[in-house]
Amino acid sequence: MTQVFFYGLSALAIASSLMMLFQRNPMYSVLYLLVCFFSVAGLYIMLNAQFLAVVHIIVYAGAIMVLFLYVLMFLNLNVQQHFSKSNMLRLAAMLTGGGLFLLLFSAFYQTELVVMPDPMNENVGSVQTLGKVLFNDYLIPFELTSILFLSAMVGVVIINKKEQTNG
Amino acid sequence: MDNTLSQQLQVIPLENYVMLSIILFCIGVIGILMRRNLIVVFLSIELMLNAINLMAASFSAYHNDPAGQAFVFFIMVVAAAEVAVGLAMLVMIYRNTKSIDINALNRLKW
Repeated sequence: MTQVFFYGLSALAIASSLMMLFQRNPMYSVLYLLVCFFSVAGLYIMLNAQFLAVVHIIVYAGAIMVLFLYVLMFLNLNVQQHFSKSNMLRLAAMLTGGGLFLLLFSAFYQTELVVMPDPMNENVGSVQTLGKVLFNDYLIPFELTSILFLSAMVGVVIINKKEQTNG
Repeated sequence: MDNTLSQQLQVIPLENYVMLSIILFCIGVIGILMRRNLIVVFLSIELMLNAINLMAASFSAYHNDPAGQAFVFFIMVVAAAEVAVGLAMLVMIYRNTKSIDINALNRLKW
């Protein structure tokens, strides 16, 4: 039962990310990536990281993908545009990706992964544990991320401001 | 159906999750190198970040260590900020060149 869920979700993730890659219309690419994100959220639930799964859906499906769709529709980019393409480049990209896959796979094949004898403490993914870890051990990084967000917000406003005519 | 979570996790070895992350990451790399559409390039970056997140979460679950999942939150924060700034740059590029083909931006090429 568990195996069926795992293989189904991972096949869905891989298939939808491949569909994302080979889709002409960027609108469909965004929607396929959304399917991929939902299956990854299912995998988080299987890993007993429920809070992570919920945050993942809220952040990715609720914020990031909506931002993408908003920009796509706002700029009317989903009409077919002409893109420069060469088969040579495509082949080179495939070869590079395949080579990277072989490299990572061989490194993975030679590594012996260590697993705890009793792997699952049911509380690892809970809000309580994560909150304690986040606000005790990682308090300073947590505060720094708020500064990062603030600077990103200011940066977005400045980038998109109409340039003043200098004179 | 009385199998507990630890038994459920032992059914699926950690290797499967690592393998899935590697495959997703490589698909993201191929997408960045292959597509010329700037939006799809951004989507591929998101996919790569997601693969890394999945690997960190699976190691955290199998090693009983919540620090890995805390790191996933930070990666999500960085991804969100990156998307906001990246899409703002995309809008600006589109305004200046009327295109989102990344081959239109070849001034920095030697």
